Amino acid sequence: MLKKKHYLALGTVALVALLIFSLPQRTTSRLKLAAGSVFLPLFGLLNTAQQLPGNAADAVMPHRALLKEIGDLRNENQQLHFQMMQAATTASENDRLRALLGWQRQAPWQLKLANVILRDPANWWRTLQIDLGSRDGVRENLPVLTPDGLVGRISAVGLTRSQVVLLGDPNCRVSALVANPAHDIGIISAGGPLDYTLVELTYLSGNAEVKPGEDVLTSGQGGIFPQGIPIGQIVDSRTVEFGLYTEARVKLSADLGALEQVWVILNPPSNP
Amino acid sequence: MNILQTLLILAAAFLAVFGEAAFPLLHHWLGAQVDLLPVLMVYAALNTDIVTVSSLAVLGGLWFDALSANPLGISILPLCAIGFVIYLQRELILRELPFAQFVLGAMASAVAPAMVVLLLLTGGQEPLLGWGSIWQWLVMTAGGAVATPVVFEFFNRCQQALGYQPRTEISFRPDREIRRGRKQHHADF
Repeated sequence: MLKKKHYLALGTVALVALLIFSLPQRTTSRLKLAAGSVFLPLFGLLNTAQQLPGNAADAVMPHRALLKEIGDLRNENQQLHFQMMQAATTASENDRLRALLGWQRQAPWQLKLANVILRDPANWWRTLQIDLGSRDGVRENLPVLTPDGLVGRISAVGLTRSQVVLLGDPNCRVSALVANPAHDIGIISAGGPLDYTLVELTYLSGNAEVKPGEDVLTSGQGGIFPQGIPIGQIVDSRTVEFGLYTEARVKLSADLGALEQVWVILNPPSNP
Repeated sequence: MNILQTLLILAAAFLAVFGEAAFPLLHHWLGAQVDLLPVLMVYAALNTDIVTVSSLAVLGGLWFDALSANPLGISILPLCAIGFVIYLQRELILRELPFAQFVLGAMASAVAPAMVVLLLLTGGQEPLLGWGSIWQWLVMTAGGAVATPVVFEFFNRCQQALGYQPRTEISFRPDREIRRGRKQHHADF
């Protein structure tokens, strides 16, 4: 039977929960960051523990292997220099043409590397946390990507860490463009709860002719993601709502299940 | 009941939440992360007082939501409900039996995520659900069931190592010892 002490405990817990629910969104976000900051000492420990195997591997790596790696990196660096020279010529030509048309000049992306420190412990969200925060210039809705493709966007920012909502989460919708002659545009929305590699491309027009293997890129519409970031490739498509729309499954370019480091675009360019 | 046990349970909850977020190995292998908070709640409800149960519900729920995209505080109520129901019925539960622990762990691990998802949907949130969620729910239930007897054993050993041991009574009583032979007197020399 419930005693007075039980009623008191039950009432206190319910009161605390209701109090938190009734707080404004801004206060709840701050409270959430404060509650998360109690894990800061463990972040440091985890970081040290993750670095230990790498340091041990560096210590036992043979001198010859290191020299070979340096040589390979020098070659790659030279190739990238040549590509950059070529790109600079194209960029200056692009700037000139934009100036002739009266379009806004595109600024180069300012990228910052971040380490993935935690993943969402709940199975019904697809988010992760990175070790960059507001003191590093990160703010909400900045795009996050890897060299392979788009990853998601910043959804909450603390002083030293931020939450990234990944592609495939219901809260991360991206306007996407299929690289086909018709340039069909749709919305990247949630995938299945188990498969991190597939997402749905919805709201394509009913007569869209998307084919498997075609590239899907960010369209630049929506104001968050810059144009032209690779998202993935079409796997298959089907018509829905009696032919009103076409939906397609997209295999993501970036491996969201194995992310260790990601890049944050600190100055996402506005599109013309 | 002592404060040490409460602190131990809260520390375990803290580490469990951090471990679930920092080491997603189970998520990679099985497609779902097992939540240990319901398991700890089963132990707390069967072996500690109402203050520990309430503290675990509030702090465990807050820590979990802080590292998750859940709205803050949404995990408190399911944990609290599980804890109170088990606490009120604990005199009827054979808590020492591993099978009973297994079943309770399974039930708690099944009910907690279902209640959180229900609260999320009620609150207008849009969690990632699909047919795969049934598999995730089964993995969470089975994982919680397997983990419960392990957690009980762990805490029992901690209790033995850190708590006061009951004084063992032996059948030998010095006041009833029968002394054989002649009494020695100081005068016998």
